[in-house]
Amino acid sequence: MASLKALRMRINSVKSTRKITQAMKMVAAAKLRRAQNRAESARPYAERMERMLASLGAAVAGQPDAPRLLVGTGGDQVHLLVVVSGDRGLAGAFNTNVGRFARTRIRELETAGKTVKILAVGRKGATFLRREFGSRFVGEISFAGKKVVGFEDAAEVAAKITAMLEAGEYDVCALIYNRFRNVITQVPSEQQLIPAALPEADSDALEGPQALYEYEPAEDEILASLLPQNLAVQIYRSLLETNAGFYGSQMTAMDNATRNAGEMINKLTLNYNRTRQANITKELIEIISGAEAV
Amino acid sequence: MATFQLEFVSPEKLLLSRPVEMAVLPAAEGEMGVLPGHAPMIVALRGGVISVREGGQDTEKLFVAGGFAEVTPTRVTILAEEATPVAQLSKADAERRIADCEKALAEATDATPEKREAAMARLLSARAMLAAAQAA
Repeated sequence: MASLKALRMRINSVKSTRKITQAMKMVAAAKLRRAQNRAESARPYAERMERMLASLGAAVAGQPDAPRLLVGTGGDQVHLLVVVSGDRGLAGAFNTNVGRFARTRIRELETAGKTVKILAVGRKGATFLRREFGSRFVGEISFAGKKVVGFEDAAEVAAKITAMLEAGEYDVCALIYNRFRNVITQVPSEQQLIPAALPEADSDALEGPQALYEYEPAEDEILASLLPQNLAVQIYRSLLETNAGFYGSQMTAMDNATRNAGEMINKLTLNYNRTRQANITKELIEIISGAEAV
Repeated sequence: MATFQLEFVSPEKLLLSRPVEMAVLPAAEGEMGVLPGHAPMIVALRGGVISVREGGQDTEKLFVAGGFAEVTPTRVTILAEEATPVAQLSKADAERRIADCEKALAEATDATPEKREAAMARLLSARAMLAAAQAA
């Protein structure tokens, strides 16, 4: 059995681990709330953007010279996957989940004979995928060290994707990220960016038939400037959801760690007390048998 | 007087939402005054000043660097990346922006026509910002 001193040291070390995980949990909870607020306040813009796009898309659909961002290159050979993950670890399976999901997709696509290119946003996902798919990497973006991920950051990613499309480096672009369902559930999912999956025009909306809109300037001109913006908005949303999901996941992970540390402390304390009693009993027996011998 | 709902949304948050009597938008093809009951429209905005009229007088002037607006009979939604009250615009800022844009435009001489056009639009928007700052 371990010595009393060794046990005492272990108990102390587990106790300080528990303090750290508890503090991390609290910090994650506070940041989660802020991240959720940000995700929520970004919603109105995305909603309105979607509505405009729906009516514009319906107006432009079928035109032969529709912008490439909307219809893609027409090919289906080269796929660009934008994988969004967290920049930091200690959040349970959060980053691994999105990485695994991406890995499955990449394998699927490659089995089907497609070429895959990866643009990794976030450090952890990048490290996860580089081991196996390092040769498919075309870029890596990380916001580590940044306090708040702003819209400019998303716009930067979008600009990169657009530039690659113009250079004809891929045909289809999809976004892979952890969708934030609620604090404890994040679902890795895929969303097609190019060709744009246009929301269906909702003709039952209160505003009346969408086709009644007038456009100034012409539809395709508005669309040409609206589409890059929409791309940035989609990416921004995925960044915000990743951010919120990350803290949610970290909170859960740290909560578990705190609980496990507590259990560990209980077990060790029991062990410590047993050992202590055994030592006392042993000493008593020694004293008594010594006294009897005299 | 009749009013309509004016909404101002940036990608980060809802900046403003309140009933107003009239709004003047810097649409891509010229200034556009919107009163309640306007025909539904989707407009691209260039850089310029949005002025808001409530209670019979101009109450607010906001500078936008570009964006989109959706007009319906009961509501106007403006999607813009930033909106600064004209009083808070600084001339120095605007001049710096113009200088940046001019540089970018000069560098874009061999880029695609779309890129040059975008750079030009940014420059025009920066000039509008300077004009607004000077007028304030």
